[in-house]
Amino acid sequence: MIPELGNFALVLALSLSLLLSVLPMVGVYRRNELLMSLSRPLCAGIWVFMLLSFACLAWAFLHDDFSVAYVSRNSNTLLPAIYKFTGVWGGHEGSLLLWVLMVASWTYAVSLFSRGLPLDILARVLAVMGIISVSFLLFMLLTSNPFDRLLLNTPAEGSDLNPLLQDFGLIVHPPFLYMGYVGFSVAYAFAITALLTGKLDAAWARWTRPWTNLAWAFLTIGIALGSWWAYYELGWGGWWFWDPTENVAFMPWLVGTALIHSLAVTEKRGVFKSWTVLLAIAAFSLSLLGTFIIRSGLITSVHAFAVDPERGLVLLTILLIVIGVSLFLYALRAPVVKGTSSYTATSREVFLLINNILLVVSTAGILLGTLYPLLHEAINGEANMVSVGPPYFNTIFLPLMGILSVFLGVGSISRRKRTPVSYLKEMLVKVAVASVVLGVLVPLVVTREVNLPIFLAVSLAFWIVFGIVRDVLDKSANKASRLAGMKSLSLSYWGMQVAHLGFAVIILGICLTSHYSVERDVRLAPGESISIRNYEFIFEGATPQNGPNYQSQAGVVTVLKNGRDYLTLHPEKRTYYATGSVQTEADIDVGFFRDLFAALGDERGGGAWVVRIHLKPFVFWIWLGAFLMAGGGVGAILDKRYRARVNAHQAAASPAATNLAGQVS
Amino acid sequence: MNRRLKLFVPVAVFLAMAGFLLFGLTRDPNVVPSALVNRPLPEFRHPSLFPELGEYTNKDFAGEILLINIWGSWCPPCHVEHPFFITLSESDRDFTFVGVSYDYSMVEDREFLADKGNPFDYNLVDLDGSLRIDLGVTGAPETFLVDQQGTILYRHIGAIDASIWEEKFEPLLAAIR
Repeated sequence: MIPELGNFALVLALSLSLLLSVLPMVGVYRRNELLMSLSRPLCAGIWVFMLLSFACLAWAFLHDDFSVAYVSRNSNTLLPAIYKFTGVWGGHEGSLLLWVLMVASWTYAVSLFSRGLPLDILARVLAVMGIISVSFLLFMLLTSNPFDRLLLNTPAEGSDLNPLLQDFGLIVHPPFLYMGYVGFSVAYAFAITALLTGKLDAAWARWTRPWTNLAWAFLTIGIALGSWWAYYELGWGGWWFWDPTENVAFMPWLVGTALIHSLAVTEKRGVFKSWTVLLAIAAFSLSLLGTFIIRSGLITSVHAFAVDPERGLVLLTILLIVIGVSLFLYALRAPVVKGTSSYTATSREVFLLINNILLVVSTAGILLGTLYPLLHEAINGEANMVSVGPPYFNTIFLPLMGILSVFLGVGSISRRKRTPVSYLKEMLVKVAVASVVLGVLVPLVVTREVNLPIFLAVSLAFWIVFGIVRDVLDKSANKASRLAGMKSLSLSYWGMQVAHLGFAVIILGICLTSHYSVERDVRLAPGESISIRNYEFIFEGATPQNGPNYQSQAGVVTVLKNGRDYLTLHPEKRTYYATGSVQTEADIDVGFFRDLFAALGDERGGGAWVVRIHLKPFVFWIWLGAFLMAGGGVGAILDKRYRARVNAHQAAASPAATNLAGQVS
Repeated sequence: MNRRLKLFVPVAVFLAMAGFLLFGLTRDPNVVPSALVNRPLPEFRHPSLFPELGEYTNKDFAGEILLINIWGSWCPPCHVEHPFFITLSESDRDFTFVGVSYDYSMVEDREFLADKGNPFDYNLVDLDGSLRIDLGVTGAPETFLVDQQGTILYRHIGAIDASIWEEKFEPLLAAIR
């Protein structure tokens, strides 16, 4: 009965979404305020029914209702309760339900927090989001209903959740990722509205920015969590594989990064308007493309869902409608939203344009590498798990990011409209000299090795960090005290600097861990040891242990540092009862400057095991940097001006006032 | 180009891509065989992964049944199939197992084989990528089965496990014995 209720709630949500995508639009063109204002309650209704539906599926999981086909495929009576709950989004149908729930949540949030928006704009935005809900609800109900029943042959036991997914990382990774993916639909809806109305002014950018930053921050965290999960759960000690599924999350992130920068100039200076609109469409389109690539089964990998060409066709149709129509609309309407302001070669506008070009080119390179083997995979059927080499992606991506770092330093110090070259020189010459000198000296002194890539990466990181410090000092200099000066800087300014600092931290993390990690797979009998730098790892042996739904071989590795007792690692190798699948659980001692990583490979007789030991310096900085970036993105939108609803409303009422406000702020 | 026309570039690019994706979706997986099947193995001359062992050409393998695996230590699926290859190489077999490494991962590949075991009878490095180009390799891993006459019988894209081996390779091997 409960699953039917969930199904019914889905149908109701679909009906309301249909109304939401039609009625407010009709209201706009008939100038009927009542129809337009219906959009808000409809959003609330959709959200409530989606939430109800989600709760019903969770109930089915927690009560082991294996008559629901999806539950029987992704759960098991032995599964701990927490994983029963997270199993709700452990497969295709349930994660799609979560996806749509999030569309509904973003839509509802827009309807709640955009009180300052003129009603006709809000009605259009919400209607566009309604169309997205309709598409995906139809997709779910027609091809992937999570509430489908197995009534005649109800299994007594479920087949278990993929052991890879029985992990804390999975509890949080997909929701954050989807929040990011789906969050870009708000920017997309605003972009479509701008194309429809032909009005794209500072106020438009100011409404769009908070939603975009927030979605981007979610996506940043989602990707970082995924990478962290891969690092400790897959047992290879790698944190990024240029796997197609990683790439499809990374591409919207890159374009989203371009978008938040381009939105900033559009807000402040009214330039790059049609470019901003195109980026907003592209960011969400790439999110949809990612959804398509993973869910159609075109590419299989650790994340992949069941292969089903029919689903693929339906998704492709949605893509054609949502992306094709919006790009066509763009082609027709973009001239209407052209920018008018002028800028010169050394303005911040130009540096931001360079940033955008670099990010978009990286995205194009990654898209090419991701889709290239797709055709071959499709032709070769079950042939799965092919990788185009990371060397390809690294060759394309890393140099572009290097150039981006150089321009980041110049760009964030430059001024709008026009920056005197003398000012740039005064600000940056010392920074450049200091970062190159320290970038070479520090690694040289610490490691006593000449390593050009390291010198380059550390110099670039110092370049960004010193640039930030120089700029903060400069901007806070004219106040009574340094502290007062710093306090007077806006939150959006601090957000930007924190995010850029995060980028520098990531550069350091990636480069240092790639170059200085030691990874050894060795056969160790109990009592034998291996030394890496000043650490000694002693394998004490592995003993069988029982977990709630698995049996494990629990290894003990004692670590000595400089010959003294330091800590103990407990890597495990688990065999899950339900499916018999074997899962490596690495044990990692996380440190600020280094991670110690131990995982069990194969048993080699006589109590000996292949033990994988890694010493990974600075790997933590990769995720630290990502969290700084996300934090900066959120910090930037806590700025006062995004909360000044009344002002926004007044500004929107008169276009002249808007332009003025745009230039003053 | 006309400015207005330029604005249609994004939608055109997208439609081309969508057509390509549609093609990928609807193509029957089993109709199109690899263009290389039933063709002779391309000629090659490549050094060993272990420089002290010199270099190899087709002639060194004349008259042998070959299983050629293109791999790299950077490729996750290669890690996945490696344990099966160890089992395979220790089994009773009548083919010669040749590993071909990508040229940019030689040091790591040597470490990989030293740490995890070397299933291959011969290890080559595809030094300039020419063998990969001649074989039309799209990624790693890929595996080719070649008969005594030097004709490619089968090409497999992706990792190999016991069931794929039994289903795809065993029948072909049985036929040429």
